[in-house]
Amino acid sequence: MTGGPRGGVPILRLGDVLVTGLLNELDDKSAIAFTEELTERIVDDRARGVLIDISRLDLIDSFVARTLMELTTTARLLGARVIVAGMRPAVAITLVELGLQLSGVETTLNAEQGLRALGWEKAPAPPTERGVS
Amino acid sequence: MTLYGDLDEISTIPPPTSADRRPEHNDTCVTHEIRAEEDLLSARHAVREATLRAGFGLVDQTRIVTAASELARNAYVHGGGGTLTIELVQQTGRQGLRISVSDDGPGIADLDAAFTDGYTTGAGLGHGLGGARRLMDEFDVTSAPGRGTTVTAVRWSGPR
Repeated sequence: MTGGPRGGVPILRLGDVLVTGLLNELDDKSAIAFTEELTERIVDDRARGVLIDISRLDLIDSFVARTLMELTTTARLLGARVIVAGMRPAVAITLVELGLQLSGVETTLNAEQGLRALGWEKAPAPPTERGVS
Repeated sequence: MTLYGDLDEISTIPPPTSADRRPEHNDTCVTHEIRAEEDLLSARHAVREATLRAGFGLVDQTRIVTAASELARNAYVHGGGGTLTIELVQQTGRQGLRISVSDDGPGIADLDAAFTDGYTTGAGLGHGLGGARRLMDEFDVTSAPGRGTTVTAVRWSGPR
């Protein structure tokens, strides 16, 4: 599968924003591969923003936390703003008790808010059938 | 076939463990080897499954699996691999889960320092040991230089 997502999740491009996510089955190799692929894509696609949806992630241990923090810093050095969206409440509680605040990582409640923060507005509702003559 | 032969055959059948029949009672014990990076993932799965069986809520599940992940990674990174043991335990009507992680690595020379947030001898964030202790109710470390490390941690269900 050449060209396939090395980190397991496809990286989509919407204008100058990259949209991707992390899966709950994240092992160390996948996390490192994900970081490398995303960094390359930021450069190749000249991305100004990156949205990482983590709503599927049922655990953030210190390794995953470090991955997210380093990824955010690397992206910022490349001129891209990273938003981590959709952290589960149980994960947030556990992270705080673990002593990790994901310093420097911008978060939003869900992917929609994250996209809006990166400049994507909710599209107006499509015209209804009745409106068409 | 002699009577003794029959008895010998019977005696070779392992007795059913309580894990097979009554998972809600204690002595349920699962052991996982942590030798490769993939083992960290399967160890997490095993702990998650045990927390479900013990009836923990979602936040406690997350706490326990996260703590186990930190301890298993410590054993893998610093101890060169080790063993994770998961036990369902009971005490005065409370259900608990005990996780023990042992390795035969170099051991921890300065335990107080190892518990300090931000202290690391590896490439991590240095929150593993102290963080795992905060996520669990009971936490015990046995270690000496050259003698390996064993961490035993328990989380109890219900009010604390």
